Amino acid sequence: MTNSIADVGKAELLFVIGSNTTECHPIIGRLIRQGVKFKGTKLIIADPRTTELAKMASIHLRHKPGTDVALINAMMHVIIEENLLNKKFIQERTEGFEQLAETVKKYTPEMAEKITGVPSTDIIKAARMFAGVDKAAVLYGMGITQHTTGTDNVKTLANLLMLTGNIGREGTGLSPLRGQNNVQGACDMGALPNVLTGYQAVTDQEKRKAAETAWGVSALPAKPGLTMGEMMSTKPGSGVKAMYIMGENPIITDPDMRHTRQSLTNLEFLVVQDIFPTETAVIADVILPAMAYAEKDGTFTNTERRVQRVRKAVEPPGEAKADWEIITLLAEKMGHPFGRKNPEQIMEEIASLTPIYGGIHYDRLNGYGLQWPCTDRNHPGTPFLHQGKFNRGLGKFHAVEYKPPAESVSSGFPLILTTGRILEHYHAGSMTRRSEVLDKLCPNGTIDIHPEDALKLGIVDGDIVAIASERGKIEAPVRITDETAPGLAFMAFHWSELPVNVVTSTASDPSAKIPEFKVSAVKAVLAVLDRASQDNAFFARLAENPVEALKEYDLTPEEKAAIASGDIRKIESWVGKLDERLKKWLIARLQQEKW
Amino acid sequence: MTTTASTTAEEKKVATITLTIDGKKVEAPKGVTVLEAALGADIYIPTLCYDPDLKPYGACRLCVVEIDGMRGIVSSCTTPAADKMVVHTETPKVNQARRIAIELIMANHIGDCLTCAKNQQCELQKVARYLGIEQEHFDRLRKGTRVLPIDKSHPAFDRDHNKCILCGRCVRACQEIAGVGAIDLAYRGYAAKVSTFGDKPIHDSICESCGECIARCPTGALVPKRTRQATRHVKTICPYCGVGCSIYLGMRGNEIVEVQGDRESPVNKGGLCVKGRFGFDFVNHPSRLTKPLIRKEGKGKDIQVNGNFKDIFREATWDEALDLVAKRLNQIKEKYGPDSIGVLSSAKCTNEENYLLQKFTRAVIGTNNIDHCARL
Ligand code: SF4
Ligand code: SF4
Ligand code: SF4
Ligand code: SF4
Ligand code: FES
Repeated sequence: MTNSIADVGKAELLFVIGSNTTECHPIIGRLIRQGVKFKGTKLIIADPRTTELAKMASIHLRHKPGTDVALINAMMHVIIEENLLNKKFIQERTEGFEQLAETVKKYTPEMAEKITGVPSTDIIKAARMFAGVDKAAVLYGMGITQHTTGTDNVKTLANLLMLTGNIGREGTGLSPLRGQNNVQGACDMGALPNVLTGYQAVTDQEKRKAAETAWGVSALPAKPGLTMGEMMSTKPGSGVKAMYIMGENPIITDPDMRHTRQSLTNLEFLVVQDIFPTETAVIADVILPAMAYAEKDGTFTNTERRVQRVRKAVEPPGEAKADWEIITLLAEKMGHPFGRKNPEQIMEEIASLTPIYGGIHYDRLNGYGLQWPCTDRNHPGTPFLHQGKFNRGLGKFHAVEYKPPAESVSSGFPLILTTGRILEHYHAGSMTRRSEVLDKLCPNGTIDIHPEDALKLGIVDGDIVAIASERGKIEAPVRITDETAPGLAFMAFHWSELPVNVVTSTASDPSAKIPEFKVSAVKAVLAVLDRASQDNAFFARLAENPVEALKEYDLTPEEKAAIASGDIRKIESWVGKLDERLKKWLIARLQQEKW
Repeated sequence: MTTTASTTAEEKKVATITLTIDGKKVEAPKGVTVLEAALGADIYIPTLCYDPDLKPYGACRLCVVEIDGMRGIVSSCTTPAADKMVVHTETPKVNQARRIAIELIMANHIGDCLTCAKNQQCELQKVARYLGIEQEHFDRLRKGTRVLPIDKSHPAFDRDHNKCILCGRCVRACQEIAGVGAIDLAYRGYAAKVSTFGDKPIHDSICESCGECIARCPTGALVPKRTRQATRHVKTICPYCGVGCSIYLGMRGNEIVEVQGDRESPVNKGGLCVKGRFGFDFVNHPSRLTKPLIRKEGKGKDIQVNGNFKDIFREATWDEALDLVAKRLNQIKEKYGPDSIGVLSSAKCTNEENYLLQKFTRAVIGTNNIDHCARL
């Protein structure tokens, strides 16, 4: 986040896009609710789904998944057209405005309406409202980043903020809401293929030199490494031969499960270090038992860049060891002793190599942590970035064109599936599913389908449906809800017994490499019908189009009438006994088709 | 805003006022109530409906005081403190009013302290004792006519209306802090009770299970299921989402028995969501890995595991397991080069661990093939 969590309470207007905040970041969601309910904070929500926040928003822009750039460009079109921009800010602090103005010119609200499905009047209203306040902040979640155009989406949002001067002040800014507790910290620490700690490029010789000296090695690799997806590529000549996986469960969390499983199975050697026997651990060659957060000391960095202390409260079970200790021991075994440092001493090493963490020392973290950049012992930390000037000097407008998502609906796969999280569970579920209260609160996953689609598919609440994409198929119970949009299905990925990543798409953003979890083309079919059609061509046709299928049987008017009135015996006399649910489905379907 | 918990440096600079409470000169920041001024100066005034995180409510009438120049008695939790105010917290009038108030509350309160989960931590008990009402009186005061069923529908907590004193703290917490509004005071007079919309069991309401109401209930009316009181607390950070709420783990022996939000934290100001508050027991789950495991010879990776984990893996010592890992990684590095090894770090592990693992990847293995789940 460029700003702090507390800033959410200070903005006059919040624009929340691609984030179901009350479920995924509940305490921030709460601040938004409090603002709207008690302080008159204006709220614009852009989300294909009608989330809790959308229900209380001033404006809900219900755009089609993956059309964010078109939507924001159109808002900027209106702001420029109606001269609602912050000229002073643009002049003093930015560059590239002309290019941006040129690009968004063609994104009229009417044009954007065609792409996004959002009424042009709403786009205009939202643009005016956004530009009409002194302090507006943008909050976004994975709904922005989990797209083939994720990087573009973020750039467009930055454009919107710069255009209106909403950067570098309290109550403004661009705030990505990070999913996992320490995803910010893992990035800060250089657990990325292209950067060392503190985002220092591996290609930068000087930065490498500093690390080489500190680590006592001669030549650190200069070529950026492979991303997770690339490591797991199964294309000949790509991917890796061995993997070491600490505290992740890619089988459940990565797109296209069959592919993930295959690539991990193909490895010559796989080590998994975890607290539970996860789906991924099961295919490992060696499993190393790790400590849970409550069993060790350390730090986490939250979404507002606040480095906070984690403290040991419990003794670990059996012989489980802290992850830092395991790595230390392994490095020793491999002939490169790290010098047995405890977490506090490791942080000293981090501070010495990482300018933005330069002032992070355990003795300073006893209160409520420090927000980086915190460059030296006396630095108080940084609640909001880009005050007065951007890191790079002038803020650059990156004009971005709309590109459609990688997958789109077709006659074979007529629904878009978006995946996400729900309030009671977390990630692959290995923790929350083992928590009695959380699992009881929400023991079963569902696929959410809009009533309009349900009607078309002839399915009712609680039915089991088969959801298939080009990559695979799963069965899941249906929840019919207008929280999702027509043509859009939603499913969370917390249940290993309902592994939605069997069907998701591996298409990913070319630079950020984030998979497009928000847009997979799928089809949904009543599960009994799907099963029946596996080995029966008639049912296969029935599933596609019952009217056409039955036409093959040259029916007399009496027979047609009998079927239409619900007399399924006739059909059974041709195709054999039908499952009860299938019978009902067929009757409803035939009536609906005005047979 | 709901929280006055963390006063920022700015707010602290505001003007102070001076008042006299029970003959003692007391300084207080401008804008506080008489009650807060007294509490700030360590002068105890009994309260039941007051909560520092919530707007004043003035329902229980226990916090009454006399103030020079004002007629009769006033509730200190709703009266703003003013400069030069003279306040008396112990006068015959005050005592009589408090006594009546507590007796009224007790009269409708049905419950046996000895079997109550809140025993010893109950604010009603504490206030009653302070006002000189002993255990024996409790039973005499109780009319005990209206016994309502306990709502046990929620997996995390029970609602026992019989112990409810209608202080409204839960209702206000749900409204002002959680922003949900799942519960409200319904019905009037004798039949009054805290109710969900349509008086449905709480589990079937719009309740989001955040537990803010439970954390603020002064009595045993709202208690977590299977409560065990903690013997010590350890301050740490919630292990779930990126908000990073500051928490206290309530410990009993080597087990976490509760989680409390940290009211001083600028991140969550004491608030928690359902995961942070109730999702702590996974740590003690029996399926935790406790020993290094090595795949048995000839166990193919395509076998589906349905609980028969032990058939596929054998236990090993740390030494043996780490030796094997070191040997195999070295072999593979030798054979195909360092870039043939990939490492996944974890957004759930600490900074120190992420740092060490990327150092291990770069300095020991010699590749930049390190990544984590940031994208998922
Ligand atoms: S709520 Fe308090 S007074 Fe009532 S039974 Fe429980 S401990 Fe006793
Ligand atoms: S648990 Fe939270 S949402 Fe549910 S009633 Fe209590 S305060 Fe309201
Ligand atoms: S349930 Fe507890 S907090 Fe709510 S009104 Fe009753 S006593 Fe007060
Ligand atoms: S308590 Fe809830 S909002 Fe806070 S960090 Fe934990 S999961 Fe996130
Ligand atoms: S605390 Fe003042 S009326 Fe209850």
